Amino acid sequence: MPVITYREAVRHALAEELERDPNVVVMGEEVAQFNGAYKVTEGLLARFGPKRIVDTPISEAGFIGMGVGASMLGVRPVMELMFWSFYSVAFDQILNNAANVRYMSGGQINVPIVIRGPANGGTNVGATHSHTPENVLANHPGVKVVVPATPYDAKGLLKSAIRDNDPVMFLENTMLYGDKGEVPEEEYLIPLGKADVKRQGTDLTIVSYGRAAIHSLKAAEELQSQHGLSVEVVDLRSIRPLDIDTVLASVRRTHRLLIVEEQKPFCSVGSQIAFMVQKEAFDELDAPINRLATIDAPAIYSPPVEVEQLPNPARIVKAALATR
Amino acid sequence: MSKKTTAEADKKPENTATGESSVNAPINASLNAEGRIELYRKMVRIRRFEERSLRAYQAKKIGGFLHLYIGQEAVAVGCCSLMGPDDHVITAYRDHGHAIAVGMDTKPLMAELFGKVTGCSKGKGGSMHYFDPSRNYWGGHGIVGGQIPLGTGLAYAIKYQGKKGAAMAFMGDGAVNQGAVHEAFNLAALWDLPCIFVIENNRYSMGTSQRRSSAGTSLAQRAEAYGMAWATCNGHDVYDVRATMDRFLTAARENSKPGVVEIDTYRYRGHSVADPDKTYRTRDEIEDYQRTKDPITLFQQTLLKEGVLNQELIEKIDGEARAEADQAADFAEASPFPTPEDIQKDVYWEADNPEQRKSEGRLFFE
Ligand SMILES: Cc1ncc(C[n+]2csc(CCOP(=O)(O)OP(=O)(O)O)c2C)c(N)n1
Ligand SMILES: [Mg+2]
Repeated sequence: MPVITYREAVRHALAEELERDPNVVVMGEEVAQFNGAYKVTEGLLARFGPKRIVDTPISEAGFIGMGVGASMLGVRPVMELMFWSFYSVAFDQILNNAANVRYMSGGQINVPIVIRGPANGGTNVGATHSHTPENVLANHPGVKVVVPATPYDAKGLLKSAIRDNDPVMFLENTMLYGDKGEVPEEEYLIPLGKADVKRQGTDLTIVSYGRAAIHSLKAAEELQSQHGLSVEVVDLRSIRPLDIDTVLASVRRTHRLLIVEEQKPFCSVGSQIAFMVQKEAFDELDAPINRLATIDAPAIYSPPVEVEQLPNPARIVKAALATR
Repeated sequence: MSKKTTAEADKKPENTATGESSVNAPINASLNAEGRIELYRKMVRIRRFEERSLRAYQAKKIGGFLHLYIGQEAVAVGCCSLMGPDDHVITAYRDHGHAIAVGMDTKPLMAELFGKVTGCSKGKGGSMHYFDPSRNYWGGHGIVGGQIPLGTGLAYAIKYQGKKGAAMAFMGDGAVNQGAVHEAFNLAALWDLPCIFVIENNRYSMGTSQRRSSAGTSLAQRAEAYGMAWATCNGHDVYDVRATMDRFLTAARENSKPGVVEIDTYRYRGHSVADPDKTYRTRDEIEDYQRTKDPITLFQQTLLKEGVLNQELIEKIDGEARAEADQAADFAEASPFPTPEDIQKDVYWEADNPEQRKSEGRLFFE
């Protein structure tokens, strides 16, 4: 099977969907002529031309809203945010328009838009550029939220997101763009709302997503080799819709749960998971649900300290050993 | 078309009525008697609908806000009367007039106000959120200025799909100060999108006059910064609205050119009907508009002079409009409310179309 980067996987998904459906348009700042701020869209302009690959001005509210409006008439825009951090200036368009027009129209409209871009810390760009808004986005019924961790997942999920008739918020990660993984040559789709057990184990379940899931897998190896602990890692992949059944099934096997998320803890995705697990599998738990999150402060710049603010394998190992 | 040059104190410059020349504009000259009467009838129907909804509000049948369009009827009717099959409309929360102007039935409109399941949005949108995509009417939006990027997107789609149409994106005078509006202006001008930004200048945003909120002398003139064509016109004269908008719509449909049209108009009622109305304007001012600039009275006089209307017909139209509004209220009253089970419908397309659902997992949470 070919091995490609996460970045290439996203690009291949875009190219295949552009090829398949003439309504698909890729838009965003620097996506066309500049080949993408993170080179995700490299070569797409040359291949698909300026009608399909469109450079926008720095107007997130304007162009995201424009994409929402165009999608109401059947265009399928895939909008790139250079950083998901910039969602804040477009937030009215996302939550009041993308998320709400279907409801406010009594179901007469749907909004088949994808908004994608990186949402992560770890690149020493400070508080304004390190937001991870998946919990904020998922708080709005009407939108779907996806956070892929691997090249395989990124490609299969993005293709599904583009075909989805609801607005999908697709959160990538600049720290993962260079990661490599096996991606089949032939076409495949991964349904939204399906978690993936990325490692099987018997003593503890770690539920995670995005880059924190990759860290969790590293931690699980160390927990096995150094501490003899057999850890199962469940990668949610989608935040909304949410595959809670896979989480519950894992907890029923291991009876212990640690949630690891690159998220500020207050009202995080993990808070929601913890609520659901205690509600639906209380008797299965042999220990309180534990959680490891980003340390609760704006993103610090200082490079060595930022590593410690985020979930990392060492912090995860410690948290796992404390989940008993 | 009259160009505004100055705005002193809280007085907007008088818009020299252009009815004389507008009536001869081809788009108006080509109207037969029935077409003219239909414009008049639509305005009367809007007014009677609004008055009836006000009574329902006072009788506590309607919750929340009720932003009435009374006084502004010639704007929506004039603009929407020009719509072709690929023209689209989007507006703010003062949206009842546009809904009737595009041809929506008043029964579901009234039922929406009453919060009934027979409402145009099944009771989920309310007064501020009317929609009818089947009539190219895309709402009904509650965030001041928030609908303008969407309207620009409609224009983007029209152009992308190679249609000869235009989007009319309506907003109030207050909305022009929103950042998203200017982002949309820039996008439309940059990409030659067939979008006409229609500023319904009723002189106030809630209780704040244009002078107290907006720098510069003209709102539409801001278009110049983006290299867009602009004009002002007299929103008390449905012919002038049509003559001006026709030029812009033609430029949009034929050459994909955006533009900004500022239409002078006036609302007689408070911002929302429950709002106090005396702090920022005088009774005299309101009465002066009602006496000298009422769009329905003025058009009635014009049509009487043209020999198109007569007293009998005027009374018939009025009687029918009142009866229609009453019937709409009766329909609304008799209709059921949505059920609590309806709350979670119409959120996700996939949840509403389970047989076509491709995703898995939970979409809703407790
Ligand atoms: C973003 C936002 N800010 C404030 C409000 C509250 N508000 C609703 S209407 C309005 C006045 C808008 O006036 P204008 O744009 O002139 O429209 P008009 O009501 O005159 O039709 C205000 C302040 C809002 N709905 N949205
Ligand atoms: Mg106003």
